[in-house]
Amino acid sequence: MKVIVPVKRVPDTAGDKPIDPNDRTVDRDSVESVLCPVNEFSIEEGVRLKEKHGAEVTVLLVGPDSAQPIVRKALSYGLDAAVQVSDEGIAGSDALGTARVIAKALESMEWDLVVFGNQSADARTCLVPAAVAELLGVPSLTFARYLEVDGDKAIAHREHEEGWDVVEAPLPAVVSVVEAINDPRYPSFKGIMAAKSKPLTVKSLADIGVDPASVGAGGAAATMYAFEPRPPKAAGTVVEDDGSGAAAEQLADWMTEKKFV
Amino acid sequence: MRTSPFTEEHEQLRAAIRRFVTDELAPHAEAWEQAGWIDDWVWPRMGELGYLGLAVPAEYGGQGADYWATVVLAEELPRCGSGSVPMAIGVQTDMATPPILKFGTEEQKQAYLAPAVKGEKIAAIGISEPEAGSDVRAIRTRARRDGRDWIIDGAKLYITNGLRADFVTMVVRTAAAESDDPWSGISLFLVDTDLPGFEVARKLDKVGMRASDTALIHLDGVRVPGDALLGVEGHGFKQIMWQLQGERLIGAIGGVAAAQLMFERALAYTREREAFGRPIARFQATRHRLVDMATDIEQVRQLVYDACDRWNRGEYAVTEIAMCKLAAAQMSFRVADEALQLHGGYGYSREFPVERAWRDARLARVGGGSDEVQREIISKLLGL
Repeated sequence: MKVIVPVKRVPDTAGDKPIDPNDRTVDRDSVESVLCPVNEFSIEEGVRLKEKHGAEVTVLLVGPDSAQPIVRKALSYGLDAAVQVSDEGIAGSDALGTARVIAKALESMEWDLVVFGNQSADARTCLVPAAVAELLGVPSLTFARYLEVDGDKAIAHREHEEGWDVVEAPLPAVVSVVEAINDPRYPSFKGIMAAKSKPLTVKSLADIGVDPASVGAGGAAATMYAFEPRPPKAAGTVVEDDGSGAAAEQLADWMTEKKFV
Repeated sequence: MRTSPFTEEHEQLRAAIRRFVTDELAPHAEAWEQAGWIDDWVWPRMGELGYLGLAVPAEYGGQGADYWATVVLAEELPRCGSGSVPMAIGVQTDMATPPILKFGTEEQKQAYLAPAVKGEKIAAIGISEPEAGSDVRAIRTRARRDGRDWIIDGAKLYITNGLRADFVTMVVRTAAAESDDPWSGISLFLVDTDLPGFEVARKLDKVGMRASDTALIHLDGVRVPGDALLGVEGHGFKQIMWQLQGERLIGAIGGVAAAQLMFERALAYTREREAFGRPIARFQATRHRLVDMATDIEQVRQLVYDACDRWNRGEYAVTEIAMCKLAAAQMSFRVADEALQLHGGYGYSREFPVERAWRDARLARVGGGSDEVQREIISKLLGL
């Protein structure tokens, strides 16, 4: 079985993410970049498929050459190889543009299963996995909190507000996983060292047959017109307990009002 | 400007270890302190993660890394908030087991080192006795031959991991010193703790490092097989002097790391705590003390890194390591004391983690060869 785990480089989730007013994208030079934390869960699923089924697992990253440490980091968890699509034409792509690049990259590779994180920690659109499946014409099992491969089908528990549904699809298929799916391991020192020598193939848009006009800022279907910083957090309400029991009543009223109870 | 000794791979290892320490160890630090006991699962868990054998060759289950990977671990472990953890683990990885790799037979490496790397066997080092510590020549624990076996009688004191160890790498007298070689007649043994006659006489109560178990051990006619001898009979003094270099160096690294953590806490607290209308870090008296702490730490860190570099390259740098041990022990207690002072009443309270670190830090000036012993070593090597 061949599995692809697409990963993303995102601005450090702990830091501020300033927006560059000129192109209205995150100013990546001002923040440290990290492997998207959600990918730790999709990578862990990849490692488990490797352990359980002997799957050959390849990392796929769309991003500039400077994102290479992120590829190595992803490999350090024990995956086999990596493909990076790096092209200046990709800059400014929206979710659909990103999906187009990933779909084309996947067309140029052999695979049975693609395991995404359900969303990226920066944009959080949750759109890319389903869009990729749609572009490729394969089934998608999104928001999986459990995944298993049984012969030629994938079975997932699809999470939603009221619980989860058991869904399945024939391979090849696209899956996206939520953080509840597993408990990711730490990369070992052996894994970290081995990541340096694992094969990494870098491809351009031309290599995978993407029309440059369909991606990047020019090909974006979504346009950002304006942005403003998040308003500062409003001060909370302080309830003083004077011993009369009034505070408890106040607290209960407030919780009722906010529909907590 | 000196370049960092750490590679990108070391930094990735650091990130993984820091997460492990923060997520899996730190939440238990307070409970372990109260219980006077680190949970046993820490050993197999760290073994599973490869942290008990970072610098051990792959054929014994290790990660095959260089010494700087060990430095990373020693720098990160104090961040769990308990000095007992780096001490207990340091005994396992850098005190009790390196002599097995260095002097042991293939069978000993498979029987003791490999399971220690996995965390399946817990290790202790037995040097000190009720009447002998740094004066190794004065040890009285004695092994006498009985056929192919040895019978060991005596006592070992201040044995870290002593209540839970599966084996003790032990310094034992096997013959009287020869008149022309006062260092002769001492040997190393790997002593299993489940043998008849091996008894933990009591658990010691200590001012700090309270989560770590420290034992007085009695050996009463403990029969060990001939292949329990580690290295060459009668060469134990030289072998244990080599062992002590690694022990002192790992202690010095941990001392700098503990001081760094204390400094970070003092910095955060003094920036937040207000008095007379402003954060106390804004008072010149406080500021300058923080600067002195940072400078103190950095000086010793560079001294320690230099010794680590020598050790990593295989140099037997006894003088430099003794200097590191002396400087780091004194500095880490000095910094911990300043940090406590800057925390005021909270610093003296059990509700803040500062007092624990202060109590833990005090050990370094006594254990692994006291300040006075390090000075004696350095004086000798200076030809005084």
